[in-house]
Amino acid sequence: MQTLRLRGLRRLGLKGIDATLEAGQLACLKGRSGSGKTLLLRAIADLDPIEGTVHLDGQDSSSMPPTEWRRRVAYVPAEPGWWAERVKDHFASDPSDWLSPLNLDPDLLRSNVDELSSGERQRLALVRALVQHPDILLLDEPTANLDNDNTAAVESVVQGRFLTAPGRAVVWVSHDDNQVQRIATRVWVLAGGQLEDRTP
Amino acid sequence: MRDLSILHLILASGLVALLAGLHWRSAPRLAQGLGVGLVRCAIQLSLVGLLLEALFSHVHLAWVAAMALVMALTAGREMSARQTHRFRARASFWIGASSIMVSSYLLVLLALLVAVRPEPWYHPQYAIPLLGMLLGNTMNGIALAMDRLTDGAITERRQIEAQLLCGRSATAAIATLRSKAVSSALTPAINGMAAAGLVSLPGMMTGQILAGSAPMPAVRYQIFILMLITAGTGFGTYLAVQMAARRLFDGRMRLRVDRLAALE
Repeated sequence: MQTLRLRGLRRLGLKGIDATLEAGQLACLKGRSGSGKTLLLRAIADLDPIEGTVHLDGQDSSSMPPTEWRRRVAYVPAEPGWWAERVKDHFASDPSDWLSPLNLDPDLLRSNVDELSSGERQRLALVRALVQHPDILLLDEPTANLDNDNTAAVESVVQGRFLTAPGRAVVWVSHDDNQVQRIATRVWVLAGGQLEDRTP
Repeated sequence: MRDLSILHLILASGLVALLAGLHWRSAPRLAQGLGVGLVRCAIQLSLVGLLLEALFSHVHLAWVAAMALVMALTAGREMSARQTHRFRARASFWIGASSIMVSSYLLVLLALLVAVRPEPWYHPQYAIPLLGMLLGNTMNGIALAMDRLTDGAITERRQIEAQLLCGRSATAAIATLRSKAVSSALTPAINGMAAAGLVSLPGMMTGQILAGSAPMPAVRYQIFILMLITAGTGFGTYLAVQMAARRLFDGRMRLRVDRLAALE
């Protein structure tokens, strides 16, 4: 079953991106800094105006209310934002189920955001996206601030728990070749504004 | 009351010039601002004085309306010039000018028709000073609010977009910033009301008393004006912030900071 389809995406450095990601697939997106990886994820999440189309299960993003699109196509930025003082005020529904698999103490929910480490923020931002029950996860370097144990926990949750549910797929930006080998079912490389499929 | 001569005005201006001189070396831009403000204030008020004398001697609705239009457009331009980040395509000016006009014109009409009731109702001796006071304060409020809103859209972009990513609407995502913007506009008016009579005697009341009016009628006028100013600033700011907040997003609820340009 086809899940996510990008056709002719153009904006700033992106020169017409075409790609298809099917359910159950995890595409690792590689590319030099400044090659447009974040730009591409933002475009898929419908955060920036862009030429071209993004389809989810055959439905064009523009034909779906933006709030619904962003819930179904959840983007976790490399530096996620926090708008309320307390951690628990950022969750639309109870995040408890996702905390321990990601090595997060439930007491963290009662703390203030500025008491969190960067690694805790990154994992909590992932939880914030997961509780929305998205179909697609767009992850921008989700393990950049994490040690090996927590990196393994994130990989395990995304691969073993999120991706195993039907109709789901992931785009994961990574600069770590070992990680790409471990988790990717597809390898996308962004260079010169073009997306190349280099799946081995 | 004794009339002030040109010599008295030169003496008062000399004090501001002295202040500019004090800052000349350490803060030349501030000194320059004081100098320009001094010259602009003297020229503009003198011209308005001449214009008002002409208007008073030829009372006609068309002249009053023309003057009111020029004053509101100038206020819109001044408001727009004070923004750190302006909307492109002169949208800041139009948002400011239209909010200032709607709010100030309606309240001045109300004051003239219900409370002051001059003959004729648009008599420039009453309409123009009332409008001037409302426009000035509304302009300041809107300038503060718009600056807070547009600057916040840039500095708090990550927080706003994080809410959009959680499926919140644009209205919900900008709500906190919108309320901060409105607060920053209304705080001076609230402080003005709270301090009136205790910390300071408001300018209009002082002017009336200096001109020979009895204190109580001057106080009643001052209370009336303070309420009008607070309401005018509040309604004008509400309109401007609503329009500006809408302009910060497009139809797909994307935060469009690219619609803002930094002031060069």
